[in-house]
Amino acid sequence: MQALYAQLLVGLINGSFYALLSLGLAVIFGMLNIINFAHGALYMMGAFCAYFLLNLAGIGYWPALIIAPIVVGIFGMILERTMLQWLSGLDHLYGLLLTFGIALIVQGVFQNYFGSSGLPYAIPDELKGGMNLGFMFLPIYRGWVVVFSLIVCLATWYLIEKTRLGANLRAATENPTLVRAFGINVPRMITLTYGLGVGLAALAGVLSAPINQVRPLMGADLIIVVFAVVVIGGMGSIMGSIITGFSLGVIEGLTKYFYPEASNTVVFVLMVLVLLVKPTGLTGRAA
Amino acid sequence: MAEAPAKTTGAQVLSVQNLEAWYGESHILHGINFNVNAGEVVTLLGRNGAGKTTTLKSVMGIIGKRTGSIRFNDQDITRAASDKIARMGVAFCPEERGIFASLDVRENLLLPPIVRPGGLSLDQIFELFPNLKERLNSQGTKLSGGEQQMLAIARILRTGARFLMLDEPTEGLAPVIIQQIGHTIARLKSEGFTILLVEQNFRFAATVADRYYIVEHGKVIDGFANSELQANMDKLHTYLGV
Repeated sequence: MQALYAQLLVGLINGSFYALLSLGLAVIFGMLNIINFAHGALYMMGAFCAYFLLNLAGIGYWPALIIAPIVVGIFGMILERTMLQWLSGLDHLYGLLLTFGIALIVQGVFQNYFGSSGLPYAIPDELKGGMNLGFMFLPIYRGWVVVFSLIVCLATWYLIEKTRLGANLRAATENPTLVRAFGINVPRMITLTYGLGVGLAALAGVLSAPINQVRPLMGADLIIVVFAVVVIGGMGSIMGSIITGFSLGVIEGLTKYFYPEASNTVVFVLMVLVLLVKPTGLTGRAA
Repeated sequence: MAEAPAKTTGAQVLSVQNLEAWYGESHILHGINFNVNAGEVVTLLGRNGAGKTTTLKSVMGIIGKRTGSIRFNDQDITRAASDKIARMGVAFCPEERGIFASLDVRENLLLPPIVRPGGLSLDQIFELFPNLKERLNSQGTKLSGGEQQMLAIARILRTGARFLMLDEPTEGLAPVIIQQIGHTIARLKSEGFTILLVEQNFRFAATVADRYYIVEHGKVIDGFANSELQANMDKLHTYLGV
């Protein structure tokens, strides 16, 4: 039983990262109509940003949790202003190729300086140690990652579905031309949305640094699974991305316990099934 | 430049000269000339595809390529971005109504930002369109066609814009709703709004308009005042093919 709970926890943690990343992808896709293949590289940059802050400036985990998403978010907004904005109105393929190229360049640059091995990032003192829950031992940092990710995901959902700003965003996703004709600066909103999605990826990167170490290819490995998660959940829905992200993490964890051989492929098998049965994804709206 | 108070002056609010516009490669407008004075209801009449909607969209700044001159309250807006034009006090109600499916009625209503003081309050809007108040929490596109049209008009009245462009507000609506829209336009006019209307429904236009322009093949080919309507009836029937 211990092993089952342990795998469930690992599943929830992976699910947290899936949810944070697929949420950002969904927000970006809705607004920019771009499949952001650079998402994994930006996640990695978030982790590196935390690493640099600690080792070059002595700034620890807690400030990094705020600073890294902002810094990487600004980097993302520069990408959007200088490159992505010119692709608006073109086929998805162009955005996909451009962001894939950006990912390769960013990862290549980091690999050049840091190789492929991991750099350590310590768990902050406040979250060290663990708790005996009776039925299992819970490392506090892992519990924190799950809870904090869930809060961030729900806050993002609230922002988009329940606030005035979110209403502008949803409207601009549907009909940017009309929203702009009402006097709303849609291009600026698009830039900020990309910054938000990228910021969420960077935040996931910081959260992941103490668990998975900081590696130039940490995002490249993860992003393939995240895209499968997005396909399963459907691109259009915010809550869908969150729920699908966490559930697929758990399903993966359960598979590791019951049939470990399939744990690396179960998400892709599900993706194929969903594509066959409901190509818009479980929660996706038809285009 | 300060906006002239609409009621008192009758100054030129909109002046369009030699407007040409393109959708991608296709050349739609070939030299549109007309003007709208403060407090007037001016109607663009013409057959389907004559360029009436494109004219409104060009004024709003949402047609990619446009040349000529569009002046709003004496400022050149020919090349301005549509959000800037909206902020100057131009409001647009599109033909397809543009109600957002992912927003409820309240969110749809509150979507356009206030661009200047003097817009209608929510209470005044509910007085004009009581139906909307009862359906505030419905999804925008769940409303009936008439309610959607009311919502589309209502939301631009909040913004404080004094110049409204309404593209076929009666299209596809039941006579009783058309009547209600007519009352609304008359009421807005009496409150000093300036309105540029595009209509196919000539009978409806005749109940609210001060002046008419006839658009054909991307040009304004004729224009007359409401008082000259009877004298121009024959011509009008030829233009519109009714």
